[in-house]
Amino acid sequence: MSHQEAIGRNAHKIDPNNIPAEPARATAEGKHKHLGIWIFLGSETVLFASLFGTYIALKNSTAGGPTTQELYGLELVFLMTLLLLTSSLTSVYAIYHMKNNNFKKMQLWMGITGLLGLAFLGCEIYEFAHYITDYGFTFRSSAFGSAFYALVGFHGGHVIFGLSWLIVLMARNAKRGLDTYNAPKYNTFALYWHFIDVVWVFIFTVVYLMGMVG
Amino acid sequence: MSTTTQKRSLGTVIWDYMTTVDHKKVGVLYLLFGGIFFLMAGLQALIIRTQLMTPENDFVSAGLYNELITMHGTNMLFLAAMPLFFGLMNYVMPLQIGARDLAFPFLNGLGVWLFIFGGLLMNSSWFFGGAPDAGWTNYAPLSVQSPGHGINFYVLGLQLAGAGTIMTGINFIATIVLMRGPGMTYMRMPLFTWTTLVTSILILFAFPAFTIALFLMQFDRMFDSAFFDIALGGNSVIWQHLFWIMGHPEVYILVLPAFGIFSEVIPTFSKKRLFGYTAMVFATFLIAFLGFMVWAHHMFTVGLGPVANALFAIGTMAIAVPTGIKIFNWLLTMWGGSIKITTPMLYALGFIPSFTIGGMTGVMLGSTVADYQFHDTYFVVAHFHYVIIGGSVFGILAAVHYWWPLMFNRMLSEKLGKLEFWLFFSGFHLTFFIQHFLGLMGMPRRYWVFLENQELDLGNLISTLGSYLMGLAVIVLLINVVTSYFKGPAPRDPWDGRSLEWSVPNPTPYYNFKYTPLTRGLDPLWIEKMEGDGKIKPAEPLHDIHMPHGSILPFLISLGFTIASFGFIYQLDGPHGRILIYIGMAFAIGCMIVRSLKDDYGYNIPKEELEKEDD
Amino acid sequence: MKRWMGKFKALMLFTFLAILLAGCGKENLTSLNPKGYGADITLDLILYITFIMIGVFVVVMVIYTIVLIRYREKKGQENEIPVQVEGNTKLEIVWTVIPIILVIIILVPTIYFTFDLADTSEASSSINIDVTGNQYWWHFEYQDEEVATSQDLYIPTGEKVYLNMISSDVIHSFWVPSISGKMDVNPENVNTMFIEAYEEGVYWGKCAELCGPSHSLMDFKVIAVSPEEYEQWITDMQNVDPEEVPDDAVAQEGQDLFQNNCMGCHALGSAPSGVGPNLTNFGDRTHFVGYLEPTKENLVKWITDPESIKPGNLMTGTYDVTEEEADKIAEYLMQLQPSEITPESAGGLID
Repeated sequence: MSHQEAIGRNAHKIDPNNIPAEPARATAEGKHKHLGIWIFLGSETVLFASLFGTYIALKNSTAGGPTTQELYGLELVFLMTLLLLTSSLTSVYAIYHMKNNNFKKMQLWMGITGLLGLAFLGCEIYEFAHYITDYGFTFRSSAFGSAFYALVGFHGGHVIFGLSWLIVLMARNAKRGLDTYNAPKYNTFALYWHFIDVVWVFIFTVVYLMGMVG
Repeated sequence: MSTTTQKRSLGTVIWDYMTTVDHKKVGVLYLLFGGIFFLMAGLQALIIRTQLMTPENDFVSAGLYNELITMHGTNMLFLAAMPLFFGLMNYVMPLQIGARDLAFPFLNGLGVWLFIFGGLLMNSSWFFGGAPDAGWTNYAPLSVQSPGHGINFYVLGLQLAGAGTIMTGINFIATIVLMRGPGMTYMRMPLFTWTTLVTSILILFAFPAFTIALFLMQFDRMFDSAFFDIALGGNSVIWQHLFWIMGHPEVYILVLPAFGIFSEVIPTFSKKRLFGYTAMVFATFLIAFLGFMVWAHHMFTVGLGPVANALFAIGTMAIAVPTGIKIFNWLLTMWGGSIKITTPMLYALGFIPSFTIGGMTGVMLGSTVADYQFHDTYFVVAHFHYVIIGGSVFGILAAVHYWWPLMFNRMLSEKLGKLEFWLFFSGFHLTFFIQHFLGLMGMPRRYWVFLENQELDLGNLISTLGSYLMGLAVIVLLINVVTSYFKGPAPRDPWDGRSLEWSVPNPTPYYNFKYTPLTRGLDPLWIEKMEGDGKIKPAEPLHDIHMPHGSILPFLISLGFTIASFGFIYQLDGPHGRILIYIGMAFAIGCMIVRSLKDDYGYNIPKEELEKEDD
Repeated sequence: MKRWMGKFKALMLFTFLAILLAGCGKENLTSLNPKGYGADITLDLILYITFIMIGVFVVVMVIYTIVLIRYREKKGQENEIPVQVEGNTKLEIVWTVIPIILVIIILVPTIYFTFDLADTSEASSSINIDVTGNQYWWHFEYQDEEVATSQDLYIPTGEKVYLNMISSDVIHSFWVPSISGKMDVNPENVNTMFIEAYEEGVYWGKCAELCGPSHSLMDFKVIAVSPEEYEQWITDMQNVDPEEVPDDAVAQEGQDLFQNNCMGCHALGSAPSGVGPNLTNFGDRTHFVGYLEPTKENLVKWITDPESIKPGNLMTGTYDVTEEEADKIAEYLMQLQPSEITPESAGGLID
């Protein structure tokens, strides 16, 4: 179309002397994304609620295979909880630095968030491998097995997606710094990451703690 | 676009639609493909009715019959009715609130292409060894045990379309919350916008349950898990719960927008504002809220026990109250008005008695004990067709006739429209009224044949003849659509409308509003007609309009997921399935990364350009 | 448009007449002519709600008609603007409160009977029958009496009979419209319901949950006989000798063929059920295969080409018999009539 005017990156530059209070919500698009991700997370809640419901319905259907008490050990799960909760905290630091327009520190804390997430994922993979090799407990062992791996695996899948998102985000913006175009992207990521964290708290309680009790 | 009225080649038009993120063109895509799926599902219905014309008929085989009922139901609900509403909402809702687009135009494009590819994927099952055959409800374990790939197509097709649906739901909510024009407070929003909002909230909380149900089904069928495998401790009732947690709100997803449409049509053609606007809004919310607590009334015969059954009966009947409020409010809107009978108004008038019957049989079904007789018989078939056709389809047809001049800049013929209405209306009652009795007389639903000498012959024959009348009505509509193309452009605001969408020039400019419109009350255009010069006041002086760029990525991402879906469908058959999964996923994720990496700032339409355009 | 109105009215009239002509449906199949406890109270409830609902419908239609007659736009008044009414709180309260009252009036009996029909406290002192739903046939085992049969369920009249139902494959639903409402037959749990037939008769039963291609052919019968005849039937069935050799030579050959080809799946007497129906009293059945006239011709066709009779059944291709052999098997099967109590004792099938 001839009658259009391209908009460049300059329109999104942040003036260091006049930093917006909420860089993530300085533009209309930023506001939309902020609300949009909240709505999306509302929908994700139902997704996980359905998986929790399925898990609770099937957790005693072990069909002669290993039961919750035989499987779960708290040490590793405690470590995983610690890792993920800390990663939520570090992402808060990152957003704090975003509001101060300190891009380098933001990237640093986002990087730490990613590393913690990666460590969590490593633990989860170790946990699954342990169940499979030592107990022969798989996705196909019993309805309980299917429900366990579906619920915890879905959460793990969300972590993987979050990490990939973070890597693309950080690599993309490493050289260009912070502006009001990419600030909303970091903001939505941070909210998504908190959500994953909250879901894990529920998994920790409903799956592991309640599973230990029986 | 008055400046680009010159002929464009077909290729350019198709490319334009493939890359569009404009809410109006996305709306048209929804209407086009929703319409195609509607015709297919309608044809399937006619084959079903032909099979049931005479006892022990062998027009189609038993296996094919089950495929037909499954595809008819799934197509109608997920790929026809819902997308048709989405098309209307996409086109009209932003115009009604004075917005220039949806909150997430790119996501809108992605939503429509996921729906289109999901729909095409599911319907392609006919050419790949057979369609799904376990009913639209797809109950486990029948669906898990069903041989062939049919059910896999159901699972993956709906998974894709469902993802698109959730995206669009999020989009509509964000748009309505954030992008209402100056003066457009919540309690000044047209009812159609309200029902769009409430419908989207329903989608948001209902569809994820179905997403999970489909995943569990996919895992059981394609990866050998044991969710529904009784031998390994699985439980098939889980499917029913998850399905109906989506399935019941789905009914309201389909009928609330129709309520919205009638709440636009009735005031317009009665020349009178909606009676009890506030009550209508709250009734909408109440219906939606209650709609989430009644899913188990589809499961009264499952054996959940009398306590659960009684509780769900109470919830179910409670819905009758807000629905009743709505019916009386529409009647009172017409009371004292000056009713002009046009095709959209005819549908609204046909809707009131039809939907009332559907609502009444709904109360009857909600009575647990009575449901033990009604459940899974033709009584239920009659009931939900009274609700879905008498409510949703009448709503869609009313809206198509009502907003056609806005969307396509042509008037549909009133003569043909009225012919279509009377054919459709009489065919509808002829087809389905008698089915209440067939059910009570002992005819279960989903019966491939009914036996001779069971006194079911006459009822079924009448029902079949009625369905042909409905088929005729749709042909009349198609003729109307085609002939309207050759008529001249439609006049602006042909129905003497009341809301903002009628204030824009014909055809709708791609930026919607030249000036940001100022809303001074409920029915803003009507207020300006009564108290001003009939023109909407600008809220601010003319300035540049920011627009998003089109993109082919939504199309490509959806394509990638579709390829991967084919892979999942065939993954048990050997390595080629797995290869397809990798190719499709890599392609889709690659496109998503491209979207992430490439900055898209959009563009501005300069003020000077706009000054040349019509108001 | 007037012309179309007229045609529409004629169509409606035609429909109404058709319903009258059709009556209430086939006796012993329709739920509109109840012959048992569940169907009886359900029909009362249905009529009770229908009556209230018709009242509501009449109110709506009266307002609707008045509106359509009085408030149509008249010639020359196209430019008149009606008064823009916002609402009327009193009216709106009226049509909120009245439906609430109506709903409560409907709910009270609904909830009462929901609990009434779910009451299984007398089950232990009554007749208990284990029902198994299979693609596409029904199996019945009388727990205490050690009697097994398929397709025809014999019960005494005037007594509550408890059915403990489970499915061996997919979900089915047990429905005998003229005796009682339906209940699903799930593969993972036993559902219990009771039925009580008021009078003797052969009642049609149907499967009401989609269970595969032959879902519509999964018919069965409930044969309600007097308590004395029921006792007699139980005794006869208990005394069946599955090995008993028939008198005529053709049937004897048929028995040999049957034992060589069919006993892998089918059972006679009270032997545990295999993958196929129990055929102890096959000769007494009102229908073969659930829906075919009980003629030898039909039976031979069923044995030689099952797929054409019940698509998707499990019998197709599991054995190899010629038409001649099938004829002999049929001859044997049709002689399996161990009891004097037959569907005829209950008055036979109403045609």
